[in-house]
Amino acid sequence: MPLSYSIAVIAIPLFMFFFLGLVGVKMGRKTTGVLGVCAMLVTTVLAYGVALTYFFGTGEGQIVDGVRQAVTVFNPDWLSFTKTLVVRMGIVIDPISAMMLVVVTTVSLMVHLYSMGYMSDHEGNAEKGFQRFYAELALFTFSMLGLVVATNLFQIFIFFEMVGVSSYLLIGFYYSSPAAIHASKKAFIVTRLADGFFLLGIMVLSFYTGTFDFFGSNGMVDGMDAAKSAVASAGGATFMGCSVIAWALTFIFIGGAGKSAMYPLHIWLPDAMEGPTPVSALIHAATMVVAGVFLVARLFPLYVLEQGAMEIITVVGAFTAFYAAAIACVQSDIKRALAFSTISQIAFMMTSLAVSSADGGLIQIHGGYGLGYMASMFHLFTHAMFKALLFLCAGAIIHAVHSNENSDMHGLHKYMPITSIAFLIGCLAIAGIPPFAGFWSKDEILVACYEKGLGWGIWMSMVAGLTAFYMFRIYFLIFHWKEHKVHTEHKPSDQVWTMTLPLIILATVSIVAGFVPMHDLVTWDGAALHTQLNWTVAGTSVAIACVGIGLAFVMYYKENPLPSKMKNAFSGLWTAAYHRFYMDELYQFITHKVIFQAICVPIAWFDRHIIDGFMNLLANATSQASYSIRRMQSGSVQAYVYLYFIGALLLAGVTMVFVLM
Amino acid sequence: MNLTLLMYLIPSLIMFGCGVYGFITRKNMIAIMISLELMLNSVDINFVVFNRFLFPGQLEGMFFTLFAIALAAAETALALAIIINVFRIAKKVDINEINKLKF
Amino acid sequence: MESVGNIILYFVIALAIIVFSVLTVTTRRILRSATYLLFVLFATAIIYFQMDYEFLGAVQIAVYAGGIVVLFVFSILLTHRPGERADALTNHRKWIGLSAALLGVAVCGYSLFSYANFCSKTLASSNGLDIAQLGHFLLSTDKYGYLLPFEAISVLLLACIIGGVVIARRR
Repeated sequence: MPLSYSIAVIAIPLFMFFFLGLVGVKMGRKTTGVLGVCAMLVTTVLAYGVALTYFFGTGEGQIVDGVRQAVTVFNPDWLSFTKTLVVRMGIVIDPISAMMLVVVTTVSLMVHLYSMGYMSDHEGNAEKGFQRFYAELALFTFSMLGLVVATNLFQIFIFFEMVGVSSYLLIGFYYSSPAAIHASKKAFIVTRLADGFFLLGIMVLSFYTGTFDFFGSNGMVDGMDAAKSAVASAGGATFMGCSVIAWALTFIFIGGAGKSAMYPLHIWLPDAMEGPTPVSALIHAATMVVAGVFLVARLFPLYVLEQGAMEIITVVGAFTAFYAAAIACVQSDIKRALAFSTISQIAFMMTSLAVSSADGGLIQIHGGYGLGYMASMFHLFTHAMFKALLFLCAGAIIHAVHSNENSDMHGLHKYMPITSIAFLIGCLAIAGIPPFAGFWSKDEILVACYEKGLGWGIWMSMVAGLTAFYMFRIYFLIFHWKEHKVHTEHKPSDQVWTMTLPLIILATVSIVAGFVPMHDLVTWDGAALHTQLNWTVAGTSVAIACVGIGLAFVMYYKENPLPSKMKNAFSGLWTAAYHRFYMDELYQFITHKVIFQAICVPIAWFDRHIIDGFMNLLANATSQASYSIRRMQSGSVQAYVYLYFIGALLLAGVTMVFVLM
Repeated sequence: MNLTLLMYLIPSLIMFGCGVYGFITRKNMIAIMISLELMLNSVDINFVVFNRFLFPGQLEGMFFTLFAIALAAAETALALAIIINVFRIAKKVDINEINKLKF
Repeated sequence: MESVGNIILYFVIALAIIVFSVLTVTTRRILRSATYLLFVLFATAIIYFQMDYEFLGAVQIAVYAGGIVVLFVFSILLTHRPGERADALTNHRKWIGLSAALLGVAVCGYSLFSYANFCSKTLASSNGLDIAQLGHFLLSTDKYGYLLPFEAISVLLLACIIGGVVIARRR
């Protein structure tokens, strides 16, 4: 399949967005759903075709000297600022974008299919805006696909914003509920704030390198030499002791951190659970949150050369991983728990990317900084699959019991066996038990972290153990713990096939995804990376995971007083974690008390009284002057004649004085 | 004692002053027209007198006056027609109250 | 040296003009105002006769006194009740009018007196004006011919007739 078919991969979701958005209202919901799923199916098939052609095809000269080259499918000029600074819009296929095409379309297809069942009714009533939902899903998919195939920073930025907009639309899908509106607003504002830094980074970077492009003759990350020359283009310019390129990269990372929900910009993600569950699956697995990881991966050669920026990312990532995992341990809302699990896992990817240059040397490519990159992308891939699975399972459960709280669930295993097994597979995958997908990718990440330093490795292993614990805590609390109390007249059961089928598919993928030879395919420079399982690391991590699972089993499998005892023993810690360590309150305090009071209020005062006051003064002065001379325009002919006559007399008098003197 | 140019100009000047006074002070539109006629008439006198005293052999001033009288007649006729029309609509000839067209 | 009759006539006329002009603008009865105007116009006609412009004087009487004043009287009778008196002037208004008029008179009078030598010209004898000659002047295109203004006035009068008809027509 020619790689140029990737244009269709981008174009079909865009077309579906317009088509379903404009015409959807006239169509029945079934037609809309089937149409959306079919279009997505075609997109997925094309994306798989493109990715397989890229990875395994022999044509088009993609592999030179064992190194897989990036292929620019097309790249027309869009905005020409100067001769050298041109913004293009195009499609580039390289290892990560090909992989992302697969991830995004797979998850999106599953979500499309699943939504046909999930969105068919809302608390017993027919869902309003079914067609709108599908149109927005298509827009979301289009934005993310456009982002991953972007050929330049500017295009990435545009699609970054579009991802933000479509997530705003989808999170606020139930726009009649205030919580959903606040959540969508919060997501939008937080990511906008981060995007501001991103834009700043783009400006600084493009100012010094003179280009937006990634690949091609003046691409900034087309191989290490190009990256070196891009960094050298700053000419040693520094700002506050750091090189400007490091600043630019840090700013860009902040942009990515906003989308990827890194501490402290993570606050929007748990609230984003207000959206419909399939949307959560899409946001968390494949689209929005991995955008930040993808961004850093895209500029990886630059980051490698700027270790300062990498250190920041490592610290932020490692901290976020632990922080989110700790919170996830105590959440009672299953979607929130999964959300924090996502934050933690994304932080794993970020950390993995950032530890990629353990010894700082550029010579040790294989096993050195290439490993973390590969591991990160691998984890992105597997995580997308099992996190989508977990969210879709959660959606099915919520759909069955009409509640998000795990206290309303307990003991569902008997009623929903398929969902239960699928969820279990997802939990095993995320916990890193072989042979499930998560094991392989997480293992690579831990190896990379151990190469960075023993401390980092132990820290991340601990977080991995915590992951296993909290995931199984959720699992046991949902499906076991005690007998289910039937609240509604309907017994909870496995859902319709449109919802169950994606679970089965994703569960299968979660089992086998780990065997994808990612180290041959997705590496930072396109060259195959030869790794082997590090049994020491793998053994320990599996052991730690098993300990986590065992702990969870002991505490949560059967109803027992242990959890509440723990809770009372560490009540301060528990409450703090339950309230997410008061980050939201802190933000509230900072924005409302500090920023509003100390900055906004004086600025508003200045604006209202000085700026507006000046304008009002002008207006009032004009008005007063007009008012006072208004009487001259009385409309009375006699007054005019009087004035005219006096004027004429004055003129005559002046003339006379001059003539007669 | 001789009749000089000045002696004719002074009554004309006073007539003009009266015209100005009347034009500015009167509220009745017809009275305003009358004041206007006074001013016009004083100008006519000036034309004639200047012609007669300074250029006795020529007739420009006289013809000017002749045409001015024709003009004045036409203008007065038209103005009075307008005034009567206004009166028909507004039942008034007070210039301060005819302000509908102002706004 | 003028004849005594001429001088007496002048003084009578001058006095009449001044007195009736003032009365025209000061009387509060509009019909009287029109009548005083008529007297002023007659006095003006007499000045023209005195200047030996008999035709002009005749026109003055015929058009002004016979035409315009009659029009005034008609319109006054159409728009006013008999014996209606205008409101007394407010002081403010009176002062404005007086100031304008007196200032004008002062400025013009000053200029007149400053050209005293030029204003002290006396009346030269004239050889009368023949009506036939006047007609020739009016319709001639030679030097001192007034055909063009004559035609312009004709068009103006036509326009006035049409305008008067249009304005006065009932809708």
